[in-house]
Amino acid sequence: MDLRLGEKYEAFRSEVRAFLREHWPLRGADAQLAPERQEKLFRERALARGYVYRGFPRLYGGSEQAPDALEDMILDQEFRTAGAPRDIRGIGPAMLAPTLLDCGSEEQRIRFIPPTLRGDLRWCQGYSEPGAGSDLAALSSRAVLDGDSWRIDGHKIWTSEAQSADYMFGLFRTEPDAPKHAGISYLLIDMRSKGIEVRPLRQMTGGADFNEVFFSDVRIPADSIVGRRGEGWKVSRSTLKHERNLIGDPRYLRNSFDSLVELARRSQRNGRPALEDSSVRQRLAEIEGYVCSQEYSGQRQFSAALRGQELATLLPILMNKLYSTDAMQRITRLAFDLLGGDGLVAPVAEEYGMASQLRTSGGWVAQYMFAIANSIAGGASNIQRNIIGERGLGLPRDPRAK
Amino acid sequence: MNFGLSDEQELLQEALRGFCANECPPNRLRELFDAASGHDASLWKGLAELGVLGLIVPEAYGGAGLELLDLALVAEVMGQAALPGPFLGHQLVSLAVASAGSEEQKRVWLPRLASGEAIGTVALAEDAAAWEPESFRAQVQGNRISGSKCFVPGAADADLFLVGVAGGGLALVERKDAGVSIADQNGVDRTRPISRVELSGARCEPLSGGAQTARHVRDAGLCVLAADAFGAASKLLQITLAYTGTRQQFGSVLTQFQAVKHQLANMATELEPTRALWWYAAHAFDQIASESERAAAIAKAHVTDRALDVARGAVELHGGIGFTWECDVQIWFKRLMFDRAFLGNPELHRERSARLAGW
Ligand SMILES: Cc1cc2nc3c(=O)[nH]c(=O)nc-3n(C[C@H](O)[C@H](O)[C@H](O)COP(=O)(O)OP(=O)(O)OC[C@H]3O[C@@H](n4cnc5c(N)ncnc54)[C@H](O)[C@@H]3O)c2cc1C
Repeated sequence: MDLRLGEKYEAFRSEVRAFLREHWPLRGADAQLAPERQEKLFRERALARGYVYRGFPRLYGGSEQAPDALEDMILDQEFRTAGAPRDIRGIGPAMLAPTLLDCGSEEQRIRFIPPTLRGDLRWCQGYSEPGAGSDLAALSSRAVLDGDSWRIDGHKIWTSEAQSADYMFGLFRTEPDAPKHAGISYLLIDMRSKGIEVRPLRQMTGGADFNEVFFSDVRIPADSIVGRRGEGWKVSRSTLKHERNLIGDPRYLRNSFDSLVELARRSQRNGRPALEDSSVRQRLAEIEGYVCSQEYSGQRQFSAALRGQELATLLPILMNKLYSTDAMQRITRLAFDLLGGDGLVAPVAEEYGMASQLRTSGGWVAQYMFAIANSIAGGASNIQRNIIGERGLGLPRDPRAK
Repeated sequence: MNFGLSDEQELLQEALRGFCANECPPNRLRELFDAASGHDASLWKGLAELGVLGLIVPEAYGGAGLELLDLALVAEVMGQAALPGPFLGHQLVSLAVASAGSEEQKRVWLPRLASGEAIGTVALAEDAAAWEPESFRAQVQGNRISGSKCFVPGAADADLFLVGVAGGGLALVERKDAGVSIADQNGVDRTRPISRVELSGARCEPLSGGAQTARHVRDAGLCVLAADAFGAASKLLQITLAYTGTRQQFGSVLTQFQAVKHQLANMATELEPTRALWWYAAHAFDQIASESERAAAIAKAHVTDRALDVARGAVELHGGIGFTWECDVQIWFKRLMFDRAFLGNPELHRERSARLAGW
């Protein structure tokens, strides 16, 4: 075991640091621009230096660097420390763009990847349906090829950000006679198409980030399909892999844990900081055991991947989502307890989302609820347990239901 | 960068697994467990031949000169095998002498410890909760020590005791001294029996470094216990997977039932990521001094906690047979009780880790 990076990578780190010192935060007149403009400007400079969207060819708006996971890690650490924006977040750049790189046509890549990476094109994910959640392959929304267009009818649900998205990537049944998994195709749909109706669903936090989407006689061009007819299931696997990585990220845990310690420092128990209370210290230290385990286990997986030995860490990889969403629930539960009476107060609009900085009590109240949502979204905990049991421990598969 | 094991480390584990399977198969383990002697000369000799007794003793004194991470990896396999013997205490004495002994002490003891010819152990606690250097009370006058130590593993077979003395320091005491008497304490973990040791004016030789040395030795002990616990809990998981995969009820193997499958998946998920936790703690002990004390505290507290959860699930999933003396689950269950309580419970180490974090 050797956690040192070596000279070459330390040199790279210094180079990145120097770049950040010079370029972030912006200076002079640039610093007067609106925050989004500043981020955009900065990202262009970072792109020119080869620091963002490294996996994407120049042709598609990326900086086309040879894959180097250690450099990526260093960039990530340094940008984070400097508080500098890196890749635009969200499911478009993180999930759809890599899927198009894997499975899209050349036209689709050129047309969709660059504006997605710039943040000009926003996406939503249309998988779940009222009758098809965990059992996603049971979906029944249909697309029928009619001349040079697909005609879509159906109903999607829990579609995050559908209200503000420009496009949806979604799964639709195109071969009604094929077996369950085989009859599905992966389509890209302009959300402004005629016949689409988006109805917000109010979440328990009070916010409305997800929606129902109804399709009635919606027409989209025939070339909106990614991959071949009936192979949408395969294409969606590529997307789901990227989604799981998004949810299992241990850095998110560490940041939230640090905020939790801060909260314990600020909160009072019997007239003293809660952090001095022995029961609080015990709970914090126990939770940190989970946080550290996930952190180091992540490093171990990362190291194995660097050497092309993912198989050696398959079991912990399968566990990432369940483990980190559980740990996040532990973190937010202690936060909720620390809030005491303030935990009785509902969050206000600015505090609903994931983006809230865990600095306000309402933000923590929202996170306490949201942590449970993360145990459902992207494959609910029981489904993760099935995967761990069947693929990780070699237990028999669930009996196939009718 | 590499957060992973070297080929040599994997080979070492492999070799030791083979040794345990051959030299301590289930019937032998059961005999040793029932006898509760905790020591078997032929096993000990075998370990010496494998080179694991002097693993962390410097090469100049006849050892292999390896690091704590290597030792922890060995401990994992021993935990898996529930291998009986005074290994833990022996290693801690070796470490203490190697890092804080005088040239004379090293020359006298290290080669004999490395070869297994002499057996060492640790005599630290004086009551149920007093494991930390600050709580040692044994009095030294001149080169004589008096005091009463408990929970000393493998005392009956040891030649050399590493004793905690008032003020937090450590001293060496020889078993054969007339001022040493030993009484069995009927330990719960029959693979590692414990004794009370009375010291009445026994000859002692202090090690250098005072409480600093004692903390260093403790941190190593915490890592080794965490690794042992991880090994023992993985073994329980394995046994339980095998049992539930063959035991039939309601016309089907138990693992076909989702309640059982999910319970097993939970047990595995609590345990598996902690592997990286004790790896890191041992590595920090070897290479990252600024983090080693805290990492060891977190690892010992967390791994032994999660391991005992696994142990509880293992007993439950075996049903009635799981609660019998006859069922081997108890061997590892009790091994884990030892790993958790020895050198202090999770509560103690969590409080320390909180303090070290500046909370
Ligand atoms: C905040 C949030 C955002 C989301 N965003 C999107 C989005 O943008 N796009 C999208 O397509 N979807 C989205 N989803 C939907 C999400 O993917 C589904 O909710 C999830 O897959 C579960 O499906 P379901 O809600 O139908 O629950 P069900 O499938 O009905 O499951 C209900 C419960 O039963 C359990 N269960 C189901 N089957 C089994 C089984 N075989 N064995 C054991 N237990 C089982 C589940 O674990 C769960 O606890 C989002 C969900 C949430 C909460």
